[in-house]
Amino acid sequence: MITGLMEYEFLQNAFLAGMVIGVVAPLLGVFVVVRRLSLIADALSHVTLAGIAFSLLLGKQTVVFSGINPLYMGMAFSVAGSLFIEKLRTVYKHYQELAIPIILSSGIGLGVIFISLADGFNTDLFSYLFGSVSAVSRTDLWTVVLISIAVIAVIGLLYKELFLLSFDEEYARATGIPAKAIHFIFIVMVALVIAASMRIVGVLLVSSLMTLPVAASIRIAKGFRQAILYSVLFGEAAVLGGLVLSYNLDLAPGGTIVMIAVLILVITVLWKKMRTSSAV
Amino acid sequence: MILILRVNDMKKKYPLIEIKGLSYRYDKENVLENVNLEIERGTFLAVVGPNGSGKSTLLKLILGLLKPQKGEIRMFGKDISQFRERQKIGFVSQKANSFNSGFPATVFEVVSSGLTKKMGLFRFMKRADREKVDLSISAVGMEKFADRNIGELSGGQQQRVFIARALVSEPELLVLDEPTVGVDAKSVQSFYELLGKLNKDKGLTLLMVTHDIGAVSDKVTTVACLNKELFFHGSTREFEEQKMEDLSGIYGHGVRVLSHDHHNGKNGEDIK
Repeated sequence: MITGLMEYEFLQNAFLAGMVIGVVAPLLGVFVVVRRLSLIADALSHVTLAGIAFSLLLGKQTVVFSGINPLYMGMAFSVAGSLFIEKLRTVYKHYQELAIPIILSSGIGLGVIFISLADGFNTDLFSYLFGSVSAVSRTDLWTVVLISIAVIAVIGLLYKELFLLSFDEEYARATGIPAKAIHFIFIVMVALVIAASMRIVGVLLVSSLMTLPVAASIRIAKGFRQAILYSVLFGEAAVLGGLVLSYNLDLAPGGTIVMIAVLILVITVLWKKMRTSSAV
Repeated sequence: MILILRVNDMKKKYPLIEIKGLSYRYDKENVLENVNLEIERGTFLAVVGPNGSGKSTLLKLILGLLKPQKGEIRMFGKDISQFRERQKIGFVSQKANSFNSGFPATVFEVVSSGLTKKMGLFRFMKRADREKVDLSISAVGMEKFADRNIGELSGGQQQRVFIARALVSEPELLVLDEPTVGVDAKSVQSFYELLGKLNKDKGLTLLMVTHDIGAVSDKVTTVACLNKELFFHGSTREFEEQKMEDLSGIYGHGVRVLSHDHHNGKNGEDIK
């Protein structure tokens, strides 16, 4: 494993990208989960897939696009999708959750059309669906790192406002916080992180990295800072453990990462149960 | 009468809130009609009225969440459209619908969030801010719970925390929107005692909206009855004297208002 890491650039890329995503996805995920927006990550990942399929299709047909990383188009689609979700949430005020299936199915629909137009792709698309260690390129890595730095900086700077908006939106508005602008920044960050995480865990599993570590964390955390800390620790453990296992046992990395996150969740739930029952 | 005039003279020239000829309508329905109301510094005003009487709308207008369509609101002597010092107003909303009780946040974190606006964007908490948070938490008697998650507390305790959150930015006016909904009867009593103390000892001006007329306790100094129009505005004593005759007009027919006896501590019956 260690020699593999020293030897192969793709492994280094995958590990570094995974480590960064392991921090930033659960970090943002805490805000996503407490605002009850968990399913948005799912919807956006499918929109990202449509973007990637579109980019691959363009690359197949025109020379200009063949050199461009499909991740960029995926991000553009994801951000556009996040804005559509916001729009739909105001259109369907009383059915806010309706925005999610609408965007999710549009994403899949578009993706499938692009794929069929291109007469199918090779394994490349498969790696986007389920994640791949070998597919992470240097530009992927740099994109992930830059997005993560930006997201961590924004969360740091807007921590108070994001916390208040998540905890009590009505109060935030009543005290004159620029709720709309901050919510907009937040949703764009979610879209970008989802697109960035996709290389490692894949479209179908990307939302799990934002929600599972958080689900485990809020069972045992005292306070919001602790919830963030545990989420990031759990997320990092899942990503690193998953990558090591998948490399050694030749498993799909996305699936392995998610299953470790599920294991952590089960352990925390049981642990909490044991503690509360012994306390009574 | 002379005494009252004198007391008024001693106060600052303008009332804290001045509402003139205020009307508001949603689509075709009038919610507020020609409301005139002045709130002086140091009062503890209860705005009572049935559901749909426009209480919440009035509150939203005062908080600047809605813009007046007709009439005028002056806050701290300034027209509300020019009023920028929102941190002078503390706000406590209905406990029941405003937050997710599974939220992982400690009492300290929740109270700290009251400083968000005052501190401004891109600022971090300093030691002085933490001290303010600690002070507010002890002002509502919750210091033992500072490190507990907010969801673990009872409804009454949670409302105390939300008062602390409103107090931490050192407001001059505290606005409360039906603060005792979902709070058990026993806690309600001590909750009002806390409000009374804040009003009396610290001179904080309080504006509380409630649909529960029985909640208008002896801690309140003035009462305003609202049902689209303002039917009554005066001291608690005047209110007690008048309500037997007048209130049925506000609440419609077939409604009895039972007196609320302070001497033996029994609670009055609520409007059904």
